[in-house]
Amino acid sequence: MAFFLEALFGGLMAGMLYSLVALGFVLIFKASGVFNFAQGAMVLFAALAMARFSEWIPGWLGLEGRLIGNILAFIMAAALMFVLAWLIERLVLRHLVNQEGVTLLMATLGITYFLDGLGQTIFGSDIYQINVGMPKDPIFLFEGVFEGGVLINLEDVYAACIAALLVLMLSLFFQKTGTGRALRAVADDHQAAQSIGIPLNRIWVIVWFVAGITALVAGIIWGSKMGVQFSLTTVALRALPVIILGGLTSVPGAIIGGLIIGVGEKLSEVYLGPYVGGGIEIWFAYMLALVFLLFRPQGLFGEKIIDRV
Amino acid sequence: MFYRENGQFKTSYRNDQQIFPIAQDRWVILAIVAFAAIGVPLLADEYLFRAILIPFLILSLAAIGVNILVGYCGQISLGSGAFMAVGAYMAYNTYVRIEGMPLIPALLMGGFFATLVGVVFGIPSLRVKGLYLAVATLAAQFFCDWAFLRIGWFTNNTASGSVSVSNLSVMGWVINTPAEKYLFCLAFVVVFALLAKNLVRSAIGREWMAIRDMDVAAAVIGIRPMYAKLSAFAVSSFIIGVAGGLWGFIHLSSWEPAAFSIDRSFQLLFMVIIGGMGSIMGSFFGAAFIVVLPIFLNQFLPWAGSLVGLSVSTAAVSHTEFMIFGALIVWFLIVEPHGLAKLWSIAKQKLRIWPFPH
Amino acid sequence: MAHKKIGDVILDVQNISLRFGGVKALTDISFDVKEHEIRAIIGPNGAGKSSMLNCINGVYTPQEGSITFRGQTFKHMNSRQVAEMGIARTFQNLALFKGMSVIDNIMTGRNLRIKSNLFLQALRIGPAEREEIAHREKVEQIIDFLEIQAYRKTPVGQLPYGLQKRVDLGRALALEPKVLLLDEPMAGMNVEEKQDMCRFILDVNDEFGTTIVLIEHDMSVVMDISDRVVVLDYGKKIGDGVPDEVRANEEVISAYLGTSH
Repeated sequence: MAFFLEALFGGLMAGMLYSLVALGFVLIFKASGVFNFAQGAMVLFAALAMARFSEWIPGWLGLEGRLIGNILAFIMAAALMFVLAWLIERLVLRHLVNQEGVTLLMATLGITYFLDGLGQTIFGSDIYQINVGMPKDPIFLFEGVFEGGVLINLEDVYAACIAALLVLMLSLFFQKTGTGRALRAVADDHQAAQSIGIPLNRIWVIVWFVAGITALVAGIIWGSKMGVQFSLTTVALRALPVIILGGLTSVPGAIIGGLIIGVGEKLSEVYLGPYVGGGIEIWFAYMLALVFLLFRPQGLFGEKIIDRV
Repeated sequence: MFYRENGQFKTSYRNDQQIFPIAQDRWVILAIVAFAAIGVPLLADEYLFRAILIPFLILSLAAIGVNILVGYCGQISLGSGAFMAVGAYMAYNTYVRIEGMPLIPALLMGGFFATLVGVVFGIPSLRVKGLYLAVATLAAQFFCDWAFLRIGWFTNNTASGSVSVSNLSVMGWVINTPAEKYLFCLAFVVVFALLAKNLVRSAIGREWMAIRDMDVAAAVIGIRPMYAKLSAFAVSSFIIGVAGGLWGFIHLSSWEPAAFSIDRSFQLLFMVIIGGMGSIMGSFFGAAFIVVLPIFLNQFLPWAGSLVGLSVSTAAVSHTEFMIFGALIVWFLIVEPHGLAKLWSIAKQKLRIWPFPH
Repeated sequence: MAHKKIGDVILDVQNISLRFGGVKALTDISFDVKEHEIRAIIGPNGAGKSSMLNCINGVYTPQEGSITFRGQTFKHMNSRQVAEMGIARTFQNLALFKGMSVIDNIMTGRNLRIKSNLFLQALRIGPAEREEIAHREKVEQIIDFLEIQAYRKTPVGQLPYGLQKRVDLGRALALEPKVLLLDEPMAGMNVEEKQDMCRFILDVNDEFGTTIVLIEHDMSVVMDISDRVVVLDYGKKIGDGVPDEVRANEEVISAYLGTSH
């Protein structure tokens, strides 16, 4: 039983990290109808930026402590993500406004490759560390109830809390601020929003920037856990099934979808894996998404997809 | 003035509908194929065959397959690597497990099994499209990644996980030297390109394009979306599967599942986008581009770097490659969604009226 | 038109009701269409005219009612079945295949009649080639009829609107239909183009005996060429009869009497 709980917690924590990446997808899709395949590359890019800036800044400014360096690195990385968002809107999105979704999807594929190459050119392609002070030691919970206790990674718990905080802030942003309202209007109907004077271009820059920040947070958490390396993009590919499950337009869906996938992957690997030679994690998420696509394409919380004649 | 169609009147529909209606085109294509078959083996060296020509031919074939699905029928697919894998592994198993199985039928069997897998993973296309379909095809990719890695039967239970073939021959003709391998691939590519071109200009091709352009209207004039989409998946997967078999047998001789990973799928998709979606000729352009560019960059960048005093590492070249691909994809999608093929036909248009400007 | 022989009822729409969620698009609509006649459906915007055609075509499924075509009654029409039975249609917003040429677009209309399978088509010999040529001949006849020979190889997306509408009509004609549903075939056309289109419609009706069901806003056209008229308003039928009757109908006048252009 303790083993099961460990696997469960592990899955929940992994799922939380997927959700963080998926959030970025959902944000952009909600506001612009663009499916940003490059979200994964953005996570990697942001993580790389953070890792390297936090390495370089102390050197540039002659700082001693890590904290100020990290804060400055975060700010710099965030600024970089803003520039990125602006460039993407300017160079790519603006020119593809009236194209169908498939074209935009493929454009974001192109952006993925570009960011991949650019990130590694600017920041280098070794494995880098992000050290933001996350606890590295595991703790044991429920030692009284179960023999030996349940092993929990404190870092994961912190990550989950940060993610929850991020979601809360995003929800507040969307619901309570004027910009958030404008974003929701744009998500609903581009033309109507334009006709009441909402500047579409600026909104898209904001959306991509917010998604970029989400990518940065996700990148920091992932990077802190497993080091910043190329395989982050493949991890990000795992976030796609999350949105299928949760629904492309639903923030709670991204969270719940992530948790389901995380737990499902872990449990199926642990319990079914030995029978089929292991490696179920490679395809579990996607096959689950496939099942959803066949029977409930809009996911658990998404809007029904209507095909207009 | 050289490319004029003056005097070339078509007096029958058969003539009007042939693949290359303009006589000059026909001659040029025949010349190219003749040169490819006779001239190239005499002139090219081993490196050229191994590094450029053979990969180019096989990937062109795969790109034709992908183009049929993505370019002609409008069904996005990120799982082409998986179909190549099915083709390669099933061709391998047919070749190795069945006593006396000749080479060509084994490759075709690989294509056949790829068709089965393709149709199964094509079923979601009846329900969803666009990015949702992309996710479904990724499911195919990852599932096949795992299957060929973990299920021992596919690799004949080898300990290392990689398989190899040797002593390939067709009816007594042993395929050994690079030139022979090249000719073998060339034959496949010419035959399949012809079949594919015939398909896309017949009724089934029009069905595919109708589904791509407006599937509701297509249903109203009596086209069955299910048949059209699944047939596109079937034909496409068959061609890709055969290409996979060729890639494994002829180009690699010994391979692991990683040869057909998601990077391969992206590579094929990029070939189709850059070369031209909905164009058989475009598949060749795209494949040529993607095969040649890395080699070109490998030579050019270090040299250019040395001019300005920078040393360029191989990793840097690879990153630049990524950046160029990404940028090109975006550029083509914005400026010329029909890719190099369209640019080519625009050039031909200009050539027809040359030396006049319009 | 007095010498045209109008036959028996070929299409009978009975008590069709169509709802989208809370919105009632059509309420209890019944009317019939006689063979060889030109039947117009008119009404203000949003009256449900296109929805009615969509029901006949199988694009929408009505919640209530049935449709009888040539003696067979259906609660729900299947698009492909409808095409096979001989009902073709054009679309208000054009639903042409933008990436294909004029010839290819009209050829898609011949699709139902092409029998050779995938393999024969790949080899392009014998029966497949002969079939392709035979259908090409038919398509060329339609192209001649619609006077668009000069544009046959042009991608449809590059043609001006009026010509695109003709291609749409051509594609519907390629099905050799018994009944032709035309959804605002003259929308967005100038006077000359309208005259041309009228001529084509009348010729189709005259030469091939095709029954025409026509949605149109231009009253002069409607009154001029149609044999009988159905009037819809807010999803309900408010008039049904020969043009003169309908023109004098109080309800129609008060609900809507379009202007002649």
